[in-house]
Amino acid sequence: MHELAITQSVVDEVLSRAGSRPVHAVHLRVGALTAVVPSAVEFCFDLVAAGTVVEGAKLHIDLTPGRAACRSCGVSFDLPDPVLLCACGSADVSVLAGRELKIVSMEVG
Amino acid sequence: MCGTCGCDSDHAGDSGHRHERVSLEQNVLAKNDAIARDNRAWLRKRDAIALNLMSSPGSGKTTLLERTLLAMARVRPAAVIEGDQATSLDADRIRRTGAPAVQVNTGAGCHLDAALVRSALSRLDPPAGAVVFVENVGNLVCPAMFDLGEQRKVVVISVTEGTEKPLKYPYMFAAADLVVVNKVDLLPYVEFDLDLFAKHARAVNPDLTMLAVSATTGEGMQAWFDWIASQWLHPPAR
Repeated sequence: MHELAITQSVVDEVLSRAGSRPVHAVHLRVGALTAVVPSAVEFCFDLVAAGTVVEGAKLHIDLTPGRAACRSCGVSFDLPDPVLLCACGSADVSVLAGRELKIVSMEVG
Repeated sequence: MCGTCGCDSDHAGDSGHRHERVSLEQNVLAKNDAIARDNRAWLRKRDAIALNLMSSPGSGKTTLLERTLLAMARVRPAAVIEGDQATSLDADRIRRTGAPAVQVNTGAGCHLDAALVRSALSRLDPPAGAVVFVENVGNLVCPAMFDLGEQRKVVVISVTEGTEKPLKYPYMFAAADLVVVNKVDLLPYVEFDLDLFAKHARAVNPDLTMLAVSATTGEGMQAWFDWIASQWLHPPAR
């Protein structure tokens, strides 16, 4: 359940930037290849935000798909999970996207 | 209630919305990663390195460490940070080898983070040139995401576990620099195919280095000691 620590980091950062202004929404970007389960973050968010200016804020999670490029055949393709395998059979694959874990923005005021 | 964001104010739709959108564009783990960089720099000043040892419970990590510490005692100073949810049993075992050890109990926490390691390092005060083994909480999921300030991430797995472990826990194997396959003395008695395991591990991490050892019989252990020594010759780019 590392999502609790992840969510705590999100709320801590938002709190440090929001000051005393109430926070109405928080936007996250989570790559499909990170070991983060969005529903677990959503579950933790209300618990961690309780009693702070973030309490009651809406959490928006933008899930970005994994993308990879094959170093053998040169093709780029979607990667649904961290198993690096190209349709050509090669496992010599580099990940282009899907490892992001970012706080994109917040809505305050 | 505002239909756009769910706040309590009575906005007249988007046109009446007064909220300010503040762009943050910051990595969620930025704070942890900054402390991890400080840990790495702190160790480097002492010509010391940390190795982050991760595994499922029961892979033989602590036995591997005991044998490693005894063998390395006259070669290089070593110290250990033991992470467990509860008890100081492992730190007590390590101290019996003569190496200094600090126990970190995470309580309900399922992984170590950089701040926990920072405070453990200051208590441990490792000597110049030391290798600091950080034995993470036994868990193949959560520790993968957290940089502690280590030079390398090492996954320890035993042949009594399944060959599919890298496919079942891909994030951990994707994050690893080295996999140590332990308990190879039991290979005649279990259905564990080393080649198939290597194939699965490389499917999630093509750059992985692998070593097969038995901490109990000593088989393959010299290659592990050599790998540790090579960390001073070939520091990573990170």
